[in-house]
Amino acid sequence: MKAQRIKVAILGPGNIGTDLMMKILRRSKYLELELMCGIIATSQGLELARQRGIKTSSQGIQDILKNRDIKIVFDATLASSHLEHAPLFRDAGIVAIDLTPAAVGPYVVPVVNLEANLNAQNINLITCGGQATIPIVHAISRVVEVPYAEIVAVIASKSAGPGTRQSIDEFTQTTAKGLVELGGAKKGKAIILLNPAVPPMIMNNTIYTQVSEYREALILESVNEMVKQVQKYVPGYRLKIPPDYDGKKVITMVEIEGAGDYLPKYSGNLDIETSAALAVGERIAMKMLHH
Amino acid sequence: MTRKIKVLDVTLRDGQHQLSHTLPAEKMAIIAEQIDNIGLDSIEFGHGNGLGGSSFQYGFGASTDLEYIKTVSSVVKKTRLSVITLPGIGTRQELQMAMDHGVQIVRFCTQISECDIAEQHIAMAKKMGFEVRAVLPCASMLTVAETAYYAKRSEDFGADAVYLLDGGGYLLPDLVYDRIAAMKEALHVEIGFHGHNNMQLAVANSIAAVKGGAVHVDCCLKGLGAGAGNCATEIFAAVCDRMGIETGINLYKAMDVAENYVKPIMLKPIEFDSASLMLGYAGVYSSFLLFAKRAAERYKVDARDVIMEMGKRQCTEGQENLCIECAYDLAQNKHSSCVSG
Repeated sequence: MKAQRIKVAILGPGNIGTDLMMKILRRSKYLELELMCGIIATSQGLELARQRGIKTSSQGIQDILKNRDIKIVFDATLASSHLEHAPLFRDAGIVAIDLTPAAVGPYVVPVVNLEANLNAQNINLITCGGQATIPIVHAISRVVEVPYAEIVAVIASKSAGPGTRQSIDEFTQTTAKGLVELGGAKKGKAIILLNPAVPPMIMNNTIYTQVSEYREALILESVNEMVKQVQKYVPGYRLKIPPDYDGKKVITMVEIEGAGDYLPKYSGNLDIETSAALAVGERIAMKMLHH
Repeated sequence: MTRKIKVLDVTLRDGQHQLSHTLPAEKMAIIAEQIDNIGLDSIEFGHGNGLGGSSFQYGFGASTDLEYIKTVSSVVKKTRLSVITLPGIGTRQELQMAMDHGVQIVRFCTQISECDIAEQHIAMAKKMGFEVRAVLPCASMLTVAETAYYAKRSEDFGADAVYLLDGGGYLLPDLVYDRIAAMKEALHVEIGFHGHNNMQLAVANSIAAVKGGAVHVDCCLKGLGAGAGNCATEIFAAVCDRMGIETGINLYKAMDVAENYVKPIMLKPIEFDSASLMLGYAGVYSSFLLFAKRAAERYKVDARDVIMEMGKRQCTEGQENLCIECAYDLAQNKHSSCVSG
């Protein structure tokens, strides 16, 4: 009898890895979490995995490579680590979904270009800011020309761990690249701000797009349609301010409330990453199962 | 008091907020050449929001960062030059340009409690050979202990000086004194202060900082800066002179440059109005003033309400887009209460 699920592993049992684990356990149709790996045996993520009957390992990548059944791995470690892991996954024939800024493989935003990248051996999820804003830029650039797109991602301080804080520049640069490569803007810029307000705010993203001409109805329709598509895998994704033209630029604002699977609901920035990872994993697994 | 106070003149950077960053590099250089003769410790220049600030979010600069750096560095010969950047807005790449043109000081500005996002930048800038200063804005009220704690972290990251930045002109002299004194107690490196005049306390707050042990003070000629402006260089120099505090500033030269070179580029005199007073009262960053007014006008609500709302939502440095969000929300609430009422 053919397997109904693809076996996967998560490498990196931090906040992101653990939230992804909960999403897979609760909602996945095609994925079976075979192994949760880290390098510190006492990490909370590994403990939670054990409590849920998932096999764990603190040998890092080794136990993933040894397990012939694992077909997909989600790497939620660091960019520097993923750069080391990527060739090893490739040689072992394991599809890697990269949640770090390493970007060995193509950038993917599920709603924009997942179908075109189903055969990729390594998929990069850009940044949380990219996942949040590229859909909107893409929605606008598919109906009018966008010479320049600029996004401002504001996240709660409590939602920004050491990983984010130590790679602020990489965040802005990678997101800006994504605005161009996937968003369809000719030029892009990204700004990230951390806000320590109490109670913590949910993720807020302001998208400024310079447009060749303002076609109000077309833009509104395209953006609304896109938001609906994103909500299929990120239910907490909301259009806060619909596209509004001030004579120079279109301003759109989206906010993201997390699902609260493991991370608190204000961590919409982390939730969109794990939701995108799940969406990519599901689709690839679905393809694998139908072959 | 025997210590000399080191004044960093930020007219050509903070003043850009008042001009919506429209001062072109050639005009900036003409003024910079004059400021070079005043006897200041250093001069900061560029887009109001620092390197990388040119954007829809903050307004596009009349010149690029590189153009400002090239032209100003070619005319300033005596005074050290400084640039500022906010990690998350500008990146480390822009620093190389500054170094190549002889800029000696770089300042990294982060919301005080998020000072660790500058850790990598501080380390890198030090390696590059800059004098590195941390600038810590504090809109909402942290305790004295918390303020000292975060200042100490910046020192641990390698900052050569740490400033408390009162971006909203919100602090009162005693509050400044307590915080600066605590920073002086906890740190080995020199302490600095940057005040704003939204409650007409910039000079008083700067003096309180000096009394608390600050060595560095940011000033602007004619007080030309965001909101209701900054501590005026020429006024601060005169007050220090009267108090027997040495700054190195030639008072007559400072006044002349202010009148003959800075005043002509001002779009209007620095004044306070209800919106700028609201900034100080609610603790909202001065750079938001024009954005709050524009958003209020666009969505047909009161700018003071927009500013109050931003204070309530504890806006952070750089969050100009919150002006749009607050104005929008206020307009929505007004509409729905009209409809249901």
